[in-house]
Amino acid sequence: MIPDFKQTVPVDQIGVDERVARFRTRSIKKESKLFALKLALQMVDLTTLEGMDSPGKVRQLCYKALYPHGTDPDIPRVAAICVYPNRVRLAAEILKGSGIHVASVATSFPSGMGTLESRIEEVKYAVDEGADEIDMVISRWAFLKGEYGFVFDEIAAIKEACGPAHLKVILETGELETYENIRKASDIAIYAGADFIKTSTGKISPAATMPVTLVMLYAIRDYFLKTGTRIGMKPAGGIRDSKTALHYLVMVKETLGADWLNPDLFRFGASSLANDLLMQILKQKTGHYQSPDYFSIG
Amino acid sequence: MSEKEITTRQNLHFDELWAYDPAPESPDYVKIEEKYDLFIDGRFQEPESGRYLRTVNPSNETVLAQVAEAGKKDVDKAVTAARKAYDGAWSKMAAKERGKYLFRIARLLQERAREFAIIESMDCGKPIRESRDIDIPQVIAHFFYHAGWADKLEYAFPGYRPRPLGVAGQIIPWNFPLLMAAWKIAPALAAGNTVVIKPAETTPLTALKLAELIRDAGLPPGVVNIVTGAGQTGIEIVNHPGIDKLAFTGSTEVGKLIQKAVAGTDKKYTLELGGKAANIVFDDAPVEQAVEGIVNGIFFNQGHVCCAGSRLLVQEGVADELVYKLKMRMESLIVGDPLDKNTDIGAINSKDQLDRILGFLAEGVEGDQKIYQSKCDLPEKGYWCRPTLVENVSQSHRIVQEEVFGPVLSIQTFRTPAEAVTLANNSPYGLSGGVWTDKGSKIFKIGKGIRAGVIWANTFNKFDPTSPFGGYKESGIGREGGIHGLLPYLELSQ
Repeated sequence: MIPDFKQTVPVDQIGVDERVARFRTRSIKKESKLFALKLALQMVDLTTLEGMDSPGKVRQLCYKALYPHGTDPDIPRVAAICVYPNRVRLAAEILKGSGIHVASVATSFPSGMGTLESRIEEVKYAVDEGADEIDMVISRWAFLKGEYGFVFDEIAAIKEACGPAHLKVILETGELETYENIRKASDIAIYAGADFIKTSTGKISPAATMPVTLVMLYAIRDYFLKTGTRIGMKPAGGIRDSKTALHYLVMVKETLGADWLNPDLFRFGASSLANDLLMQILKQKTGHYQSPDYFSIG
Repeated sequence: MSEKEITTRQNLHFDELWAYDPAPESPDYVKIEEKYDLFIDGRFQEPESGRYLRTVNPSNETVLAQVAEAGKKDVDKAVTAARKAYDGAWSKMAAKERGKYLFRIARLLQERAREFAIIESMDCGKPIRESRDIDIPQVIAHFFYHAGWADKLEYAFPGYRPRPLGVAGQIIPWNFPLLMAAWKIAPALAAGNTVVIKPAETTPLTALKLAELIRDAGLPPGVVNIVTGAGQTGIEIVNHPGIDKLAFTGSTEVGKLIQKAVAGTDKKYTLELGGKAANIVFDDAPVEQAVEGIVNGIFFNQGHVCCAGSRLLVQEGVADELVYKLKMRMESLIVGDPLDKNTDIGAINSKDQLDRILGFLAEGVEGDQKIYQSKCDLPEKGYWCRPTLVENVSQSHRIVQEEVFGPVLSIQTFRTPAEAVTLANNSPYGLSGGVWTDKGSKIFKIGKGIRAGVIWANTFNKFDPTSPFGGYKESGIGREGGIHGLLPYLELSQ
């Protein structure tokens, strides 16, 4: 049954922030650290979303995804590459058969201020080009105006346009401001058909934060408890170092349990995080830090 | 979410796939002597009694140190030293100089915070996360706060001339050993009194470390005297004619004995005693945060907290969801080695206390109460109790009426706000209470209705040196902290 989105699920901001502070006190050492670093690397959506994204740039990013640190077989690959629709075909060709997903932002990213028709067209184009994951943006103007039905319907329409591709719904939490808004937008996205809910475009500050992600994880948990269906989570933007990434994983584990600790249900949208994870993985394996110069740039 | 709507019970798996490796704080960092004497007149002295008690690490049952047991003569020596220091030095000193000593103690504690935190966790069983992030920072905050008052007492009580009382005799419990010492010593010294303080017999080590620190800070000899011992030592302090003011934190049972003992004397006294706080959750509360608040209210410091939220009162419409989520949350609580940085719940403070808690649970089993415990593993040695919920109880049950002082929460439901207040107040205690609702006006209405000294709204177990703390009814007399907490250490004249 679809809830009445005019009703607000109460969220206490101070309580959420305190809970997050507790996750940050978890101390992850030794084997459990190496395990988590490798897991985090497998969850990265290696992303480039710039007007400057030439085919050459995207090609390099794809090779980075295929060979994160040379041909070391012990280093896992990232989950996906995330690009604009006009670079999907290229990425899909290079990554074919690798198991690495091709994600595309669509729907007039990042503002979402296109007509529904044009946004649907863009989604269909990206899927036709070879994207198997679509990262859409919601109409924040409509949400903030209280037109929750409008937002629900646009998500449902775009989900339909995705066909077999997985849909990640970007809430752009930095523009929604309050945790109660974020909870409400999460519920709307989940009930309208999102496979994943995602915090941010990366174009607005603040992007992903742990408290915002926790509020979204609670929405995912409540939906699971009611329906048994597992929705994925993707914090995106602003996660640059391994320590933060591990604290996100602590939060996922202690909120949703082990079932969510895999790339099918949790992703990091990030560009520089992958190299920091690599550096830390090698540190755990060799016992020393190595110069950043030894790691290829994304 | 109603019970019917939750279709997938127990389907989240918190203990699989990724367990955190041990991350222990190292005890090598601290030095604990084999034997500790009494700190009287600025130096450590062997007890006249010749007797020593053992203090044990409750997480592994090893003996940490031998600690002197002060007898009648020792207490008399301590009171004499305190009187001499009061007459000769402390009461004659300029107030701002007194303040400087308190600032110095606070700064030295900051420098040695890690050492104090580790020893507290070893002696007391509390997780290092709490001793490091809560106990010791609060200790430091209390000294800093009261250091500031030392030369401003006239501004605290405009129109009056505040004067110290003389020698304060202070007896503190084992649940927050160093923090309770700070709550007692800091206001007493700021107000110009000298002190004879007795830590609890199971947790004397941080107070003795504080004695070393006070000596190193150069306080005039006799201003602070620390006499260790058990109940009899406490009785000697209570009955000593040279004591001008008594401050006691501990059980209501002992509090009543103290009240009888000082009746008819001119000793001033404050008592901070037991509690059985109601934590009231309304159906419009933020559920996930209320769960956190309940966990923090009852499992903080293994439930060894006088103001613990030990009675959960939950509105019927939200009870199923709340209790379900509470049980789920309990599965991610880590119980074990107090020195591990990831431990949420440490060891029960002593064998005696564990037996008392288990007694309540055994009685519950006999009485058809529904007892739920998280499924965590417990270490083989030491004193442990899993986080525990008790359902199917009413006001008439002992577990609802009496203070367990352990990680045990009783759960009752209510229908209306008025009923919640009635249930909350139907207790001999009145130390603290909690209200969870999204509606501000309800917080004030319910908060005013609960007869307790501290009310938390949408949070629980928050402390600050500026805020007065103390109880109604059998939870005590007088306040500690803030301006209210200075008053019991002063005489006001026009």
